[in-house]
Amino acid sequence: MTDTPTGPAAPVAGSPSPPAPGSGPSVDGRIAAVSAPPVEVRGLVKRYGQLTAVGGVDLTVNGGDVYGYLGPNGAGKTTSLRMMLGLIRPTEGSVRLFGRDPQVTVRALEGVAGFVEAPTFYPYLSGRRNLELLGAFDGGGAPARIDQALEIVELSHRAGDRVGGYSHGMRQRLGIAAALLRDPKLLLLDEPTTGLDPGGMRDMRVLIRRLAGQGITIVLSSHVLTEVEEVCNRVAIVRSGRIVYEGEIADLKRTAGMTYRLSTTDDERALAVCRAQPGISDVRAEGTPPRISFTGDGDSVAELSQALVEAGALIRALTPQTATLEDLFFSLVEDGAGAPAAPDQPPEAVQAAP
Amino acid sequence: MTPGVGTVYRWELAKLRHQKRTYLGLGAAAIVPILFVIAIHFRHDRHGGDFAFSSYLTRSGLAVPLVILLFGAVWMFPLITALVAGDIIASEDHNGTLKTILTRSLERGQIFAGKMLAAATYAVVAIIIDGTVAVIAGSIQSGFNSLQSLSGTIVSAPKGLELVYVSLLVYLIPILTIVAIGLLLSAVTRNSAAAVVGTLMISLLFQLIGILPGLGGLQPYLLSTQFNAWQGLLRTPIDWTPIIRAAWVCAMYGIPALAAAYLVFLRRDVAGG
Repeated sequence: MTDTPTGPAAPVAGSPSPPAPGSGPSVDGRIAAVSAPPVEVRGLVKRYGQLTAVGGVDLTVNGGDVYGYLGPNGAGKTTSLRMMLGLIRPTEGSVRLFGRDPQVTVRALEGVAGFVEAPTFYPYLSGRRNLELLGAFDGGGAPARIDQALEIVELSHRAGDRVGGYSHGMRQRLGIAAALLRDPKLLLLDEPTTGLDPGGMRDMRVLIRRLAGQGITIVLSSHVLTEVEEVCNRVAIVRSGRIVYEGEIADLKRTAGMTYRLSTTDDERALAVCRAQPGISDVRAEGTPPRISFTGDGDSVAELSQALVEAGALIRALTPQTATLEDLFFSLVEDGAGAPAAPDQPPEAVQAAP
Repeated sequence: MTPGVGTVYRWELAKLRHQKRTYLGLGAAAIVPILFVIAIHFRHDRHGGDFAFSSYLTRSGLAVPLVILLFGAVWMFPLITALVAGDIIASEDHNGTLKTILTRSLERGQIFAGKMLAAATYAVVAIIIDGTVAVIAGSIQSGFNSLQSLSGTIVSAPKGLELVYVSLLVYLIPILTIVAIGLLLSAVTRNSAAAVVGTLMISLLFQLIGILPGLGGLQPYLLSTQFNAWQGLLRTPIDWTPIIRAAWVCAMYGIPALAAAYLVFLRRDVAGG
């Protein structure tokens, strides 16, 4: 379903997946595949009475992926992540983490860490004391990793203070430290930059990239599109509890086509030519004189330029505008019609061609 | 080290040591006997009331803990117990920390067991503190003297002290049932105040049923009645009947409450926080 990651945010691309904690006997007695992906979600549904919070999510996250789980507030991202962590029981469907079911036993979370919504701690205990508690709950070598984790998130100097006095950003960083105690192979982070100031957001992205560089597979939910674009190599876009796109960001952009801006010696005539030209779509003209923009692939644009010359509208400027994920996101989420759907796939489950 | 119920238990106790409500409950358990003794000291009518051991309050300090057990059953001890039992799960909901601890390496059942043991430990400590402070304060006020049993025989001071502490142990039977009810309400309501008040209300409801006319037949099977089971120890010979009944009647209330609390905690969706 997914390929080896190639994005710059995943420097371990092409390397073998980290040892899967689920490679031993699984909890239900079957032998989990040695190559079981870090996250495998099939047909995941969560209903609360009449309300469908998650309406049939399928996704696979491979080792080394930095996977963006993108959608507006209320799209079902957090509910999905809670089901992945075993906090909520799915109405239907399954979650496997390294081949193991977190609904059956907490042992499925071996090698898995993260947080949903804002990370939470005991406000009357210090940061260090909170980590000591969580380290004790983890067992193994977790307690010995506390100092290192505090250093990584740059909280060593405030570790003795009560968490009740921490800023939001410090709690977010303490959340990452708490996750690192588990020496994770998979990190599930729910909107880790939400509520942070610009500096805090930058630091968090740097930290995430650094962790990804160490070979940790990361699933990152977000409604901050630029964040996903910056740190993730793969993305699932979720709308109303359903995945509307899953694949590589580069593929998404490529599949969605490119937007161009055009300026000619006769914009009125150029506008008519653009509208008549096959392969050119979404033609818009704003202002007076009109500033023309349209969408098309490379070949169509080449043919358009010839047609414009033949029509006597000489090109002054033809500028490709790189589509941001935001453009793509809104084309998918707002109307669904703009989804770069493959013709043989239903519009609610678009899959990028590898 | 592999984490287990013991890990949760130790950390729950550590958390209780950092919370004001712990000291509020234990403080109340310690202060009430002192206030009671001060009241005895300044009381003009020194002949006492018409309740068990009332006439002995000024003759033996050992009567003080027993009288407090008698009156504490109405609401004081249930409230002190519920302060922690009703909060120990709900506070995780309040702080949003349930998701934090349930995504580590401990099963939900282990976390529940650790919390249950911690809430029970707090209740035991509260009763022991109350009894000990009452014995000391009472002995300062009225002397460490022999005690007259409910059968009229005189019990020496050392034997009386032993009986006081065994009475405290018997008193723990209904107290631990209150712990179970508090845990259930804590798990179900997910709200500390609701669970604490709810536990107290249930305790008061039992008392109300006990005084309603026409329901006298239910009396031996009410939770509130079991708070008086220790009085069997103060008879000569010891009357074990109310103590044995307290054990099974309390089990009848406590075990289903505990099982329900366990199942709710085990199966619930952790959607908040």
